[in-house]
Amino acid sequence: MSNTNTFGPAGLNLHRFANPGRFLRLSGAVLPWLAVSGVVITAIGLGWGLFLAPADWQQGDAVRIMYVHVPAAWLASLGYVMLACASLASLVWRHPLADLAAAEIGPVGAGITAICLATGSLWGKPMWGAWWVWDARMTSVLVLFFLYLGHIALVRAFDDQQRGYRAAAILALVGVVNLPIIKFSVEWWNTLHQPASITLSGAPSMAPALLWPLLVSAIGFNLGFAAVVVARLRAAVMERRIRALLLARARNDLQNA
Amino acid sequence: MTRKRRRLMVVLACAVGLGSAAALTLSAFSSTLQLFVAPSKIATEAPRGGRVFRLGGLVETGSLQRIIQNGSPGASFRVTDGGASVSVSYIGILPDLFREGQGVVALGSLQPDGSFAAQEVLAKHDETYMPPDVADALKKSGRWKPGQGAPPASALWDAPDWNQAKQAGG
Repeated sequence: MSNTNTFGPAGLNLHRFANPGRFLRLSGAVLPWLAVSGVVITAIGLGWGLFLAPADWQQGDAVRIMYVHVPAAWLASLGYVMLACASLASLVWRHPLADLAAAEIGPVGAGITAICLATGSLWGKPMWGAWWVWDARMTSVLVLFFLYLGHIALVRAFDDQQRGYRAAAILALVGVVNLPIIKFSVEWWNTLHQPASITLSGAPSMAPALLWPLLVSAIGFNLGFAAVVVARLRAAVMERRIRALLLARARNDLQNA
Repeated sequence: MTRKRRRLMVVLACAVGLGSAAALTLSAFSSTLQLFVAPSKIATEAPRGGRVFRLGGLVETGSLQRIIQNGSPGASFRVTDGGASVSVSYIGILPDLFREGQGVVALGSLQPDGSFAAQEVLAKHDETYMPPDVADALKKSGRWKPGQGAPPASALWDAPDWNQAKQAGG
């Protein structure tokens, strides 16, 4: 048992949270807060961005699509990071909860990536003059969407569920190579898509009046995403428990018959 | 070495291998991953006449002329990247953001006379977002001429002299 802690942060036993019973108790307490704060903060961010924030000097009111598109785009990548972490935990440490988490993150991530692509297309037509261009940013995000779809299909493709989890985890980890490509595509190659306005290295090239509603909206999207994933994961854990109980009961009935 | 540790090492080794394979592939295909060709690149190695490609750069200030050909509106302008420029002709509707000093990506081919006949013109905008009054104040105070380049860094937007310019300009 001494090696269970080897890769966790010093002194913190992360395996405590991998226990499904403890997960259900903890997440049951957190979920209502996550859900309510996600809905409320998203509503504040979107209301602020869509109705109160000023228009952009060159894009006019079309810039308001940003308050949906940018949080969705950030979350599409962040969701994939979560998927990859769950897959790593599943492959290396064989966490039962990590398998379920990966299977439940996939569809939510695919959904948010679809929102990112759709809103980007709606924004591209009036501003650039094209619904779609095969530039490096857009193509790499489309690949991200296909990775999510591939994961969704693969995780459910085997009769033996464990094999599905394993194959899907390998796919998810291979796909991580796409994340830096998405991030740096606008710097490595010339693209129609503009570079990032908000960077770690410098001041954002966005006026505070537009930046604040964007950040609030992004926080709301993240909380909402977390709430949906936690709710799905709880349902999956309970489903697995019910299946185990029914199986035990059927076995019992067989023995008594 | 425990099983968990061995599995982690295998995953890490695969990550290093896959990462370097991807990096090598991307750097090998780097030129084909570019969406457009810049005018100075065309000046040194021009694509064959008739080959359709995308030309990208800024619309040169003072070069835009609206033209009408066979009753259809169009425009002729020069696209520059600072080093060289290519003259472009286009018949069709330009995007709303099209203007002098703005980034454009045009799809078309080089003509025998060295000009570029565009079938499609897309506007490329930068990553700067600001309300119209901030943009006006920056322009009025002379800190930024949109036709000549990118706006100053946002850290300078709140500098006192543009606040004065904003008040002076109403």
